[in-house]
Amino acid sequence: MSLSRRKTTFGFAAGAATLAIALAGCGSSSEPESSDSAAAGGSMDEPVTLTLATFNQFGYSADSEGGADYAYDLIAEYEELHPNVTIVYNVADTSNTARENFFTKLGPGGLADVEAIEVDWLPEAMTYSDLLADLTNADLDGNWLDWKVDAATDADGRLIGYGTDIGPEAICYNVDLFEEAGLPTDPDEVAALFDGDWDTFFSVGQDYYDATGNAFYEENAAILQGMIGQLDAPYEDPETDEIIALDNADVKATYDTLTAASEAGLSSGLQQWGDDWAAGMANGDYAVTLCPAWFLGIIEGNAPDGNWDIANVFPNGGGNWGGSYLTVPANGENVEAATEFAAWLTAPEQQAKAFENVGAFPSSPEAAESDAVQSYVREYYNDAPAGQIFTERAAAVAVSPYKGAHYFEVNDAMVNALRRVDEGTMSADESWSQFEADVQAIG
Amino acid sequence: MTTTQPQTEAPTPPEPPRGRAPLTWRQRLGRWDVKLSPYLYISPFWIVFALVGLFPIVYTAVISFQDWDLVRNTGTFTGFDNFAFVLQDREFWLSLRNTFSIFLLSSVPQIIVATFIAAMLDKNIRAKTFWRMGVLLPYVVAPVAVALIFSNMFGDKYGLINSLLNDIGIDSIRWHVDVIPSHVAIATMVNFRWTGYNALILLAAMQAIPRDLYEAAAIDGAGTMRRFFSVTLPQIRPTMIFVIITSTIGGLQIFDEPRMYDTNGRGGSNHQWETITLYLYNMGWGEFNFGRAAAVAWILFLIIVAFGLLNFAITRRFIAGETAAQPKKPKQVTK
Repeated sequence: MSLSRRKTTFGFAAGAATLAIALAGCGSSSEPESSDSAAAGGSMDEPVTLTLATFNQFGYSADSEGGADYAYDLIAEYEELHPNVTIVYNVADTSNTARENFFTKLGPGGLADVEAIEVDWLPEAMTYSDLLADLTNADLDGNWLDWKVDAATDADGRLIGYGTDIGPEAICYNVDLFEEAGLPTDPDEVAALFDGDWDTFFSVGQDYYDATGNAFYEENAAILQGMIGQLDAPYEDPETDEIIALDNADVKATYDTLTAASEAGLSSGLQQWGDDWAAGMANGDYAVTLCPAWFLGIIEGNAPDGNWDIANVFPNGGGNWGGSYLTVPANGENVEAATEFAAWLTAPEQQAKAFENVGAFPSSPEAAESDAVQSYVREYYNDAPAGQIFTERAAAVAVSPYKGAHYFEVNDAMVNALRRVDEGTMSADESWSQFEADVQAIG
Repeated sequence: MTTTQPQTEAPTPPEPPRGRAPLTWRQRLGRWDVKLSPYLYISPFWIVFALVGLFPIVYTAVISFQDWDLVRNTGTFTGFDNFAFVLQDREFWLSLRNTFSIFLLSSVPQIIVATFIAAMLDKNIRAKTFWRMGVLLPYVVAPVAVALIFSNMFGDKYGLINSLLNDIGIDSIRWHVDVIPSHVAIATMVNFRWTGYNALILLAAMQAIPRDLYEAAAIDGAGTMRRFFSVTLPQIRPTMIFVIITSTIGGLQIFDEPRMYDTNGRGGSNHQWETITLYLYNMGWGEFNFGRAAAVAWILFLIIVAFGLLNFAITRRFIAGETAAQPKKPKQVTK
């Protein structure tokens, strides 16, 4: 009964989406010669309608993304450069909506000419890489960081997505709490304090706990993200795609380290994104968080009166959390024109503009070197040079972990295992046994 | 077509009725009209139902026997493997437990309170329409908005309810950790939304009760309570059964509230409040295992059918019991 309303809204949304696609389809099919001439490699002057689908805010056009004032409108710019191209731009409200839409239509068709995907579901998309156009283009070499390209390249060497933004991670800390605990407060000194591996991180946490008796970081699952992101093949064998999470000593070691830290009181146990977690950020329930570039706005939103700063450091060097790609479904009508459009949107100049629009940190090293990024400071974080910090953090990312088809199921089971220990519903050993059972049930 | 009906039927009475004269074309048309029209008029529902109801149900059954790839729309036949897996999965049984627990915690108090509210609204109170519309207000609020408000109230650390409890010296309740508190919290959201709705349906039934029954009871010396239990309740039984059946179906499909209960939407780290529809959703969209998800959907379907039959049996007994008990009403009713 409670579902009925949901179904209706779903129906409306689906209907509207279908209509939009039908209209888009009409637009392009009314010029039947366009695809022919494109296929023949003829002039690109034939009128063509391209559809672009993203989610949240990619920083392309304020009109469609419902954003505040953007400095640039990339959609209008492209239409100006290519008078024959008309762009229909659809923006889904959440990544999850976009994900369901993407996988529902990937096989039968009906997706936009250019579809954005998030790294969270990139592994699933990679298992269907044959349904996405190969975007490999030697001319574009060097447009993106190597690990960004590697993650979207399948076993056959086909590149299925052009990188948009990335989420290089630093450590954000609460200056007031650090001061109370007698720890250094200057960003450079804090960076020096954390310089090292995860053991260093946890030992600083232990010092903080000893001095204050309070939790050091938000929750184990949040730290897990950073630790697992530095393993080459945490949960699956890159050769066979078999789940190896239970045999991987590194995974068990990570689990043991985290649960030990939790038992020592370092984890506040407030689950990321929850109301308590957000309130805890303002109330000083934890002193540090691993923060990717896009996380800055979240801290500002949750703790508007807080005193947080960014330390240009990350355990073991670098880590990435989040980011997106633009893909071109292979069964689209305008694959060639769409590929050109996607390449243009993700070119260094446009990435720099998207950064200026919404702060999407560029995956292009060249864009990161631009003035817009390099001169970028964040007032809230005591005028921290955020642009420079995250450029360095991005360069420090060394590993792009292998993520197979079951990556997120296994990771989810691991997150649950850690949370059970944080909550105290199970001991570390019991929770690990449950994790083993959960992983064995996957497949 | 219907407009012709009176015309064709009008001439028939003067003719000798038992003559069995061959019918004229218009008469035949009229007869078909009478026989077929009702079916034609309800056919849109059945056509739409066949497309969006029956076909998906059958298609889901086909998928449930396969290892299904949603994207490629292909599958390999695996027999009853999916069903076997689901029935052996600890998560499935936990979610079944949660579903029934949340269902009982929501439906039972909900119907009792709704009956009480309806009885109060049935009294002679001032500004009737205002109060009646008032109880429907929570129903108008979108479930997602309800979940947002309640998740704020039921926060483990900074929730409104826990702060109040702490103020009067009671320890915080771990709403998102312990099983029963999480069910109570979710049931509260469901009740908030549906109690007023059910109260209005019951109120409609109560208004249809002839007032002279109450007068007669009053003359016989029955007090307010006695009149409620001996007149009101027996008279609204059919409606009560309708309300019970709809809230059973709704209760077994609770999805929005548990999904919105935390930001993860997966039903808790130890599946504390994962309901069966949430399990189904996670199986499909979380794990991309649509074969198993289809199997869950069918198991859920069968559970609801079984429950529906149970309800039906009870309904029949209730109604039969009512008519049979007509002469010696008071005894039967007080149970």
